[in-house]
Amino acid sequence: MSTINGRAWIFGDDVNTDIMAPGLYFKSPMSEMAKHCMEAIDPDFAPKVRPGDIVVAGRNFGIGSAREQAAMALQHLGVGAVLAQSFGRIFYRNALNFGIPAIIFPAAAEISPGDELQIDPVTGDIENRTTGVVYSVNGLPGHLMTMVEAGGLMPYLKKRLGRKNGESRK
Amino acid sequence: MSLTLAQKILARAAGCDTATPGEILTCTVDLALLLDSGGPRRIWPRLKELGVGVWDREKIVVVTDHFVPAVDAASAAILKLTRDFVREFDIPRFFDMQGIGHVILAENGLIHPGMFVCGGDSHSSNGGAFGCYMAGFGAIEMTGVVVTGEIWMQVPETIRVNWSGQFSRGVVAKDIMLLLCRELGINNAFSVIEYGGDAVAAMSMNERVVLTNMAAELGAETGIIEPDDVTLDAIRAGGGEPASDALDWRSDENAEYLAVHEFDSAALEPQVAAPHSPGNSGPVSDYEGVEIDQAYIGACVGAKLTDLQMVAEILQSRPVSPRTRLLIAPASQQVIRDATADGTLLTLTEAGAYLLPTGCGACAALGAGILAENEVCISSTNRNFKGRMGANSAEVYLGSPYSVAAAAVTGHITDPRAFLT
Repeated sequence: MSTINGRAWIFGDDVNTDIMAPGLYFKSPMSEMAKHCMEAIDPDFAPKVRPGDIVVAGRNFGIGSAREQAAMALQHLGVGAVLAQSFGRIFYRNALNFGIPAIIFPAAAEISPGDELQIDPVTGDIENRTTGVVYSVNGLPGHLMTMVEAGGLMPYLKKRLGRKNGESRK
Repeated sequence: MSLTLAQKILARAAGCDTATPGEILTCTVDLALLLDSGGPRRIWPRLKELGVGVWDREKIVVVTDHFVPAVDAASAAILKLTRDFVREFDIPRFFDMQGIGHVILAENGLIHPGMFVCGGDSHSSNGGAFGCYMAGFGAIEMTGVVVTGEIWMQVPETIRVNWSGQFSRGVVAKDIMLLLCRELGINNAFSVIEYGGDAVAAMSMNERVVLTNMAAELGAETGIIEPDDVTLDAIRAGGGEPASDALDWRSDENAEYLAVHEFDSAALEPQVAAPHSPGNSGPVSDYEGVEIDQAYIGACVGAKLTDLQMVAEILQSRPVSPRTRLLIAPASQQVIRDATADGTLLTLTEAGAYLLPTGCGACAALGAGILAENEVCISSTNRNFKGRMGANSAEVYLGSPYSVAAAAVTGHITDPRAFLT
């Protein structure tokens, strides 16, 4: 899995799923919903985030609902990885299932908005290229690496099913 | 090795003798709950993409609750797709506009002690009150469940929360959870909350599910309660037949807990959570006098028969204040039937309450009753995130059905004990 390079977007603790994917836009296509991602706490995020940019957050990122649109909105906006001190459990699984590296990063508070980060999701090496500080955290869990490397659960299932029977069943 | 109930269930589901916290297991799913929100609508296109069907139609329950009834072209299309899915795959257990999924499983005796159940909604933890391991997952992950019948689980730690003694009048399970969101915090990922103590044993199932439902607000993997005769009676009342060894599903006496918390029920006061987090809570007296535009009774956690009965107790001889409005979205059609039969609905509507259809409704800004800019609401639901019930500037306070009813009567947040002598 290759390294991820992007600018940091900083968020605090307990950023919830409803902030990432507001219920009011549940019936809208993702292209519309993604425009409102984080709107309630950072209206600049959706219009200005660039593909590869990295979300850096405090504790409990993604607490709340099971809505996969929270992870899908970040994916739609091209977010390259999410670093947080800890994650809400369903969001964590959803992010990995969509192939977004979600990495536990205790030093999130040391990163400033716009810092250029380089992340190796396999080794857990994180370099802040703006400050020159290098961090070493746990990379993605081994049992999930195959799936995240495949690009998420769907590509992974395709491979797995293809290997198992090669033919479709109803 | 001594195990907690959650560990025992995961070990059983993975075909292992034991389960150690941190260990990764592949678990076989006993039942999958799919809802109109993240169910067929999101899963079916993926099944088509994969060229596969469902792993076991008998183990899937489909419920429409988030987008009911259809109010526009988009919700109508989502509901139609859900019904088409049920027909296409011949799913035998389909509950169309019958109530909220978690409540439906409980009402129909479908969840039993020891089961491993996956649901496509974060409040799936609700089912843990029946002594099963039931947790919520995103639709992408439920796709994997529907295709393979399996899911990976990292064995969580268990936190034991004991409540002993008697609650004072006007204090209910919701108050427990609003206090716990403050005391334990909302960041308990990788832990299961196991509730016990004589105060929990004395609770009805309708109250116990509040504890497990709002384990989601604690950020926990799920909530769970060891089964007893109350559990088995509820399963039988729903038409289920518990296995002869159902009561064996308990934590071992020497099971290791990450933490054990003891609480005195008699000391608990009604609690209210202020915007915008369930953890931002305090005794109702801290918020007394906050004027409200809307009082809302709804959602899986807060609109069961007993919740409506609490509201009726307060509204029996008191009308809803003309300065506010009280909206009630019963959690299921069964709740409507029961509350009709015992006169509760008449009491509520005579007092001025406005009845809404069953379903998830305004709790997640999906149905009728959403809030305008800058409006203030007190709600019996489980979440008060910014924008959760409508406008981002709206403010939602969470309280028990008693606290919501008391506020509806006065027009401002009020200690419900004033009306319960």
